[in-house]
Amino acid sequence: MNVFLSIARRILSILVTLFGASVIVFIILRVLPGNAVSAAMGTSEGLLTRAQIAALDRYYGVGQPAVQQYFSWLHATLTGNLGVSLTYRESVSTLIGSTLPVTLELAFFSMVLGLFIGVGFGMWSALHPGRWQDNLGQAVSVVGLAVPGFILAQVLSVYMADKFHYFPSSLNFVGFFTNPWLNFQQIIFPALVLSLGIGAAILRTTRGAVLEVKSLNFARTALGKGVSRSAYIWRHLFLNSLTAVVTMSGIQLGYLIGGTVFVEQIFVLPGMGRQMITAITDRDYPVLQSVTLVFAAGFVIVNMLVDLTYSLVDPRTRKR
Amino acid sequence: MSRPLLEIKDLHIGIVRRHGNDEIVRGVDIAVGPGEKLGIVGESGSGKTLTMLAVLRLLASPPLAVLRGEILLDGEDLAHVDDKRLRTVRGGEIAVVYQDPMSSLNPLMPVGRQVEEALKAHGATQGFASERTREVLRQVGLADPERVRVSYPHQLSGGMIQRVMIAMALATSPRVLIADEPTTALDVTIQRQILELVSSLQATTGMAVLWVTHDLGVVASLVDYVAVMYAGRVVEKATTSQLFERPTHPYTKALLASLPGKDSAHRSRLHQIGGTPPDPTRLGVGCPFRVRCPYAEEKCAQEEPALLDRGRGSFAACWKDPSQW
Repeated sequence: MNVFLSIARRILSILVTLFGASVIVFIILRVLPGNAVSAAMGTSEGLLTRAQIAALDRYYGVGQPAVQQYFSWLHATLTGNLGVSLTYRESVSTLIGSTLPVTLELAFFSMVLGLFIGVGFGMWSALHPGRWQDNLGQAVSVVGLAVPGFILAQVLSVYMADKFHYFPSSLNFVGFFTNPWLNFQQIIFPALVLSLGIGAAILRTTRGAVLEVKSLNFARTALGKGVSRSAYIWRHLFLNSLTAVVTMSGIQLGYLIGGTVFVEQIFVLPGMGRQMITAITDRDYPVLQSVTLVFAAGFVIVNMLVDLTYSLVDPRTRKR
Repeated sequence: MSRPLLEIKDLHIGIVRRHGNDEIVRGVDIAVGPGEKLGIVGESGSGKTLTMLAVLRLLASPPLAVLRGEILLDGEDLAHVDDKRLRTVRGGEIAVVYQDPMSSLNPLMPVGRQVEEALKAHGATQGFASERTREVLRQVGLADPERVRVSYPHQLSGGMIQRVMIAMALATSPRVLIADEPTTALDVTIQRQILELVSSLQATTGMAVLWVTHDLGVVASLVDYVAVMYAGRVVEKATTSQLFERPTHPYTKALLASLPGKDSAHRSRLHQIGGTPPDPTRLGVGCPFRVRCPYAEEKCAQEEPALLDRGRGSFAACWKDPSQW
C-alpha cells in the first residue's frame, strides 16, 4: 500500500515541478523584449502599419493576453499537441523528435565517459593517498574543473582540424542508425569535452567518499577477514561510497543540460541545445516552451532515478 | 608453556611523523600456545588494541606503523609474508572480534552474507558457507538465527551484533582468536554464555585465545595467563591465579583493589587509582607509573625497569619486590 502511495506522491511532485517550470519559462519569455513578429521582421517591423502588426500578432497568436496564451498552450500540450514552430512551420513534436535523440546520445556518452574518468581516477586516488596515482588524479580534477568547457571545445576542434585535417563535425550530422562509425566520430569529441568537467566533479566526490569509508571500522573488518582485494574495493569501499557518487552524478547530469547548449553550438550538432538557442533568437515560443519542458522533465527524471538508487543501495533508506 | 603458536616479540608501534616518531607501544612481548587463553588487561590508551591490530597488519597506516619487532605465527613472521598469504591468515588462521561492533559491520549487507563472505574468502562453497553461517549464529546464542541472518546491521541490537561478530570470527575455526573487548555490550548472562562458548570451542579445537579487556572479572573466569599493560608496555605477566593471589606490580595491585569485593558491603566505596593515565607520547625517562605509585622511589624516576622475575611464574616491570612494599 505505501509503495503505491509513495509512487503516487512521486508522480504528483513531478507534475507540480513540471507545471512550475512551464510557468516560469512562460513568464521569462514574455518578459524578453520583442516577440515572434519583431524577430521575424527585424528592423522592417518599423515600416508596418499598426493594423498590419495587429494582423501579424493575431496570426502568430501573440496578441492575446499572456494568461490566455499560457492556458491555450497548456491545454494543447496536455492533449499531445505541442504546436507548430513559428520559424520552421513544422510541428514542434517533429522538431524535438529529431533533436532529442542527438542530445540524449551526447548526454549518454558524456556521462559514461565522465563516470569512467571520475570513478576510475577517484578510486585510484583514494586507494593510493599521497602517492603519484593520487597526484595524477588530483591534477586531472583540477584541470577538469578549471578549464572552461567552451574554451576546451574551441581549442579541441580547431586543433584537430588544423593539425590532422580531422573535423568530422564539418560533415552533415548523421544519426547513429544511418552510419554508426561516423556518428560516433561526430559525437565523441563534444562528449569528451563535456565529460572532463563532469568527470572532475565525480572524481573529487568519489575520492573523498572512498577515503572516508576506508577509515571506517567495517572496512577494517572486511580486510581482517581476508576478503580478496577486489571484493574489499568494490563490495565494501565502493558500494558504501555509491550514494555520494550517484548524487554527484545526478547533479552533473543536470549541469549537462546547460553544457549541451554550448557544445552543440561549437561542434555543430543538431541537438536540443542548439535548437533552444535558435528558438530564443527567433522568439519561437512554441519550440522554446516545449524544449524547456523536455529539459525540465529530464532533470526531474534524473532526480527520481537518483532517489531510486538510494533505496536500492542503502537498506536504511528503504523503510520510512 | 608449550611452543607458542602466536608470538609477539619486542613490538614497537608509533605515530610516524616527519621529525621523529612517537612511540605508543614500546616493546611488547606476548606469547600464546595452542589451547591457551591469555588475557590482556589495561586501561584505554595502554596500547592493547593497537598491539592486537598490528598482528593482522590492520593498523591505520599512515600515520601508525610498526617500528620494530616481530609477530610470529607458528614461527612465520607475519610482517614479511606476501599479500596472498596475509589474506589466508586474516580471518582464516587468526580471527579478530573488534571493539565497537556497531560500526564494524558493513551497513549495506545482510549480516548473514558478511559471515558467509568470511567463509568464502577461505575457500568455502556457497552451500557450505550458508550452512555453517546458520550453525555459528545458533551457537553464539542468537534466539532467531534465521531472522538475524537476513537482517541488516541497523535492524539489530548492539548485543546481537556483537554476537554476530563473534560468530563471524569463529566461523572459519581459526587457530588463534583475538577478542578485543568482545563482551562489553552484553549483559552478564550473555557474557557468561559467550565465555563458555569460547571455552568449549577451544577445548575441542585447540584454538589459542587472546582476550583483550579492561575487566579483570572476565579475566578471572576465562583465561590461564594474564598480561597487564600500562603505557604501551607489559608491566606484569603471571598465571591468573598468581595474579589475583599475589600481584607483583603496584599497578596490578591497584587494579585488583578497585574491583568490587565479594565480602565487602555493597555500600562501601570502590578504590580508584589516583591520577590519570599518562600521555604515551610524553613519557620521558623513568617508570611511567611512578607518578601514581605509592611505592615510588628515586630510582623509578631515573630508569624504567625491564620485566623482572618475581618467582612462581610472575614477572613484573617494577624495581621493588612485593615483599618491600
